[in-house]
Amino acid sequence: MIGLEHYLTVAATLFVIGIFGLFLNRKNVIILLMSIELMLLAVNINLVAFSSYLGDLVGQVFTLFVLTVAAAEAAIGLAILVSFFRNRGTIAVEDVNVMKG
Amino acid sequence: MIISDLNIILPEIILSVYAMLALVGAVYTAKDELATTLCWLTSILFAIVAFWISSDSASAQTAFNGMFIDDGFARFAKVVILLSAAAVLVMSVDYMRRRDLMKFEYPILIVLAVVGMMMMVSSGNLMSLYMGLELQSLSLYVVASFRRDSVKSTEAGMKYFVLGALSSGLLLYGASLVYGYTGSTDFATIIQVAGHGGSIGLMIGLVLVIAGLAFKVSAVPFHMWTPDVYEGSPTPVTAFFATAPKVAAMALFARVMHDAFGNAKADWQQVIVLISLLSMFLGAVAAIGQTNIKRLMAYSSIAHMGYALMGLAAGTAYGVEAMLMYMTFYVIMNTGTFAFIMTMEKDSQPVTDIQSLNLLAKTKPGKALAVMLLMVSLAGIPGTIGFFGKLYVLQAAYGAGLLWLAIAGVIASVIGAYYYLRIIYLMWFGSEQDEALDDYSTPMLTAFVSVSAIATVVGIVNFFGLKGAAIAAAAALVQ
Repeated sequence: MIGLEHYLTVAATLFVIGIFGLFLNRKNVIILLMSIELMLLAVNINLVAFSSYLGDLVGQVFTLFVLTVAAAEAAIGLAILVSFFRNRGTIAVEDVNVMKG
Repeated sequence: MIISDLNIILPEIILSVYAMLALVGAVYTAKDELATTLCWLTSILFAIVAFWISSDSASAQTAFNGMFIDDGFARFAKVVILLSAAAVLVMSVDYMRRRDLMKFEYPILIVLAVVGMMMMVSSGNLMSLYMGLELQSLSLYVVASFRRDSVKSTEAGMKYFVLGALSSGLLLYGASLVYGYTGSTDFATIIQVAGHGGSIGLMIGLVLVIAGLAFKVSAVPFHMWTPDVYEGSPTPVTAFFATAPKVAAMALFARVMHDAFGNAKADWQQVIVLISLLSMFLGAVAAIGQTNIKRLMAYSSIAHMGYALMGLAAGTAYGVEAMLMYMTFYVIMNTGTFAFIMTMEKDSQPVTDIQSLNLLAKTKPGKALAVMLLMVSLAGIPGTIGFFGKLYVLQAAYGAGLLWLAIAGVIASVIGAYYYLRIIYLMWFGSEQDEALDDYSTPMLTAFVSVSAIATVVGIVNFFGLKGAAIAAAAALVQ
């Protein structure tokens, strides 16, 4: 029987993979966008699992909002990426280094 | 029912409808030629809405089943946000026009960001919190990379985007855990379930929500984006980042902690004490080595957020009041400082190097005097509003039994005074430079620099009558 904890474990695993993808990846900015998407989708699994467990629809409504915002976020991320590529000619993560912070 | 709900969010609706009409209108007509008019129109609208909200004396009311809260606290924060956004828009007109950045999207994106901020400070539910936060963040990512043909600006936008999205992810994951362990996304329900020593899942959720919010106020250890974004963005945009969004994020922080987790105070207090302490010290120490004034202001804002968080860490109504006063003073000082930074030019090109301030007092004593007052106030030296802002938060921390945090705050402010005083030293006693700054300013920038410089001194008489408003606002939040 698959219970709430299994869903939470999957979501937590995906979320941690997303965070590691963000910090360990040295190659490509597109992979950063994929990692961010992974984190948000992990949250969605969490919300839907809780929603079904609690018998409360609010979690699924929240999921729809998160999905919508994630789409807008990806669009803006890609737009910034395109204008960065036009200036710099590369999208490697190690080349995002004009300012050292 | 729906009519009375809509009536409560009327200011937000007006601003959003204005933004959409302006966008469509500008696209189909004169496009960028309208940009200057739009900037002025927007700031006038901001001022009118701010006046309208401040004259609203109705008691606290909620709309949409508690999703949206309109109380004294939200109104205070909204007025500060609207007025600072209006000031920054007016200041930026000349800079943006001279740098060929005057596009009609700029004022529209600012309006959308401001609507997001107003949603944030009024949120009464995790969903409306998230939507407000994202509306603000997504608009800010775009304005950060507003100079599309510059590597620095697009890089700033990209760093802000990636780290901001990470923080939204952390906040959302925390929100999902809070929802799961309390069974509701409504603050009014969460506060009944989330008591001290709640379940471990709820505590992890609370910590993740705090981490996400700390990112937005640029508190250590989530501050890495701040110096790069401040340096890379066009200066008017940096001025905007340093004022309105900081107030909104700090007010949201207080709202979530008190409205949703007010009964778990012992749990969040220790986390906020830690990030407040780290922010004050990192901001004070890391700014010493900076040569770029925008980076310096970034570290300065990190340190100031540490002090504002100290007021929040106290967890009392007086602490919230101190935090609101501190943020208002911070906005006044920062508006003046950034107006000055916008006048720093060499051969009609903007410069941000601190060395270019050498012996400014010789050529422009009036300007140097105004900047000196602003720096003294930022450092928190007695006789200025900056001092009283710090005094309030220290008193709040002491009153809540956090004496050691108050002492640490004093030590950090002494360390931090070094780099503000160094700017004053350079202006009055620095060494001769081969090329001094241009004698450039506009009446608008001069007005902002001098008015805020005078305000730092004159303000100590009665704090612009803000004290009563801040007390009422804090009382509305902390029951």
